[in-house]
Amino acid sequence: MLPLRFRRVTMSARVLVGVKRVIDYAVKIRVKPDRTGVVTDGVKHSMNPFCEIAVEEAVKLKEKKLVKEVVAVSCGPQQVQETIRTALAMGADRGIHVEVSGKDYETLGPLQVSKIFAALAKKEQADLIILGKQAIDDDCNQTGQMTAALLDWPQGTFASEVTLEADKLKVVREIDGGLETIKIKLPAVVTADLRLNTPRYATLPNIMKAKKKKIVNVKPADLGVDVSSRLEVLKVDEPPQRQSGVKVETVHDLVEKLKEAGRI
Amino acid sequence: ATSLIRVSSMCLNLRKMDQVLDLHQEDFDVTVEPGVTPKGLNSYLRDTGLWFPVDPGADASLCGMAATSASGTNAVRYGTMRGNVLNLEVVLADGTVLHTAGKGRRPRKTSAGYNLTNLFVGSEGTLGIITKATLRLFGIPESMVSAVCSFPSVQSAVDSTVQILQAGVPIARIEFLDDVMINACNRFNNLSYAVTPTLFLEFHGSSKSMEEQVSITEEITWDNGGSDFAWSEDEETRGRLWKARHDAWYAALALRPGCKAYSTDVCVPISRLPQIIVETKEDLIRNNITGPIAGHVGDGNFHCLIVLDPNDPDEVQRVHSFTERLARRALAMDGTCTGEHGIGLGKRALLREEVGLLAIEVMQGLKATLDPKNLMNPGKVL
Repeated sequence: MLPLRFRRVTMSARVLVGVKRVIDYAVKIRVKPDRTGVVTDGVKHSMNPFCEIAVEEAVKLKEKKLVKEVVAVSCGPQQVQETIRTALAMGADRGIHVEVSGKDYETLGPLQVSKIFAALAKKEQADLIILGKQAIDDDCNQTGQMTAALLDWPQGTFASEVTLEADKLKVVREIDGGLETIKIKLPAVVTADLRLNTPRYATLPNIMKAKKKKIVNVKPADLGVDVSSRLEVLKVDEPPQRQSGVKVETVHDLVEKLKEAGRI
Repeated sequence: ATSLIRVSSMCLNLRKMDQVLDLHQEDFDVTVEPGVTPKGLNSYLRDTGLWFPVDPGADASLCGMAATSASGTNAVRYGTMRGNVLNLEVVLADGTVLHTAGKGRRPRKTSAGYNLTNLFVGSEGTLGIITKATLRLFGIPESMVSAVCSFPSVQSAVDSTVQILQAGVPIARIEFLDDVMINACNRFNNLSYAVTPTLFLEFHGSSKSMEEQVSITEEITWDNGGSDFAWSEDEETRGRLWKARHDAWYAALALRPGCKAYSTDVCVPISRLPQIIVETKEDLIRNNITGPIAGHVGDGNFHCLIVLDPNDPDEVQRVHSFTERLARRALAMDGTCTGEHGIGLGKRALLREEVGLLAIEVMQGLKATLDPKNLMNPGKVL
């Protein structure tokens, strides 16, 4: 017989999942000639791979009947609705599109996004937030942690395994030294690492069904969030070209070259 | 199909032409350049609910797959390249650029003029260089289920295959592994399948239809003496199952470390499959050849993954004679000397036996028209 509190938390549990629209991982990135950023026009975009893993984990929890509702959230211009639709096709129940466009979108970063998520978590009475550990465009790896701090919720980051145990979450984290297992109380923030799961492909029937699911539009101001940035990007450059190696004839030459280069 | 290059030839690497162009989701078609592979394309398509299912096992160039008329483990359901190429952009020997179905055209069917698209599919680079292919896409199935079943004999495994097809089960993959192959796979992948002819099956469809497909199939295998029918929808389990099949090449090699492997490839009408496999196994045993068998029985196609010591001239000769006998055995059963791997250099004489002198002359006429100076992959196919 499950304790009443467990039943109340989990059977009506609502999960917020953040999904970010980024340049597709397979695209060759090119820096704009004015070095203010990278070329995004006409370039294929898709859901951040770690966000796909986050959605998959949330949907799995729902399929196991451990949570009741999965809400997909994305911040950005009109195009992010495609990303939310993909999350819906994977099994999320409804979407929230936080409208940010133009200059605000160019300077949108983890601090503003985490404020948005914190506000939404309160508004939607979420019990769990699952995010990708980082986005593949900025590699910040900050939004999950900042969101947890703003809400004063526990966090299980770099999760490679998540298990619901009574009203606690057991999270196995990937850390430099190996794996760390922690138990955190709900409500909590979890960020998904690579090995957490393998995301499902959206099938056509599910894409068709997803068209009927609702996406609500919200403005940051409605949530009391100021999206102006305190950071300024000064310039963006390509990584230095890889220098070609040099072949030498003898071991003696090799030693000489290493000495010349100050290596030995 | 094309593994030997003459001294005076040049190889073109088109890998850098790697764009996916013109995706039309509602029409289920996409155009790709030579550098795009099935994995790359399916990754590009992953949000659309569409995929390109032809899967030859290696992550090859799609245009290259068109040139060699590639097939794969799910040809029984989705067909080979022949049925899935709608249009090609081909650079001919004189440098002119041909659009085989007309520039930009992609109707699902047509009866306009000669079928130039399929002339180039499977031409192994001898008629022109393919620089774009317009491909037919399919919906990603809602559900996939994999199954394994052991059989007391080759006959019972193949009989089951025929009956599954006759029952109208839209089976996606139906792979046969003989006892030698299963043993090799067990050892290589640390599995414990019964060492006896085995079928690996995969079903695609809606979640509702899965149960029906699986239960009809299970009944058929039971009726034919099959046992240990095990199935799984879970992705990890399915992955392990198919890994065992895809690792067959390496599993075969591991039987005799230090040796090389050579794959045969014949295809016969399905009803002749039991006979050809039984006769082939007898031939292998009689000639002391290590040749585990794996095959796409749903198409009547199988491969002997022969493992041999290339430095033993007697063994090399025995294997060579064996492969000739095998090809002729298939031809005698209304089949083909190559189901998937192509003619290249090694099967030119067999091609002549298979299609007859007149067909060869027609092919030579086409070759002479399109490539009078014999610049394109000279010496292959004809």
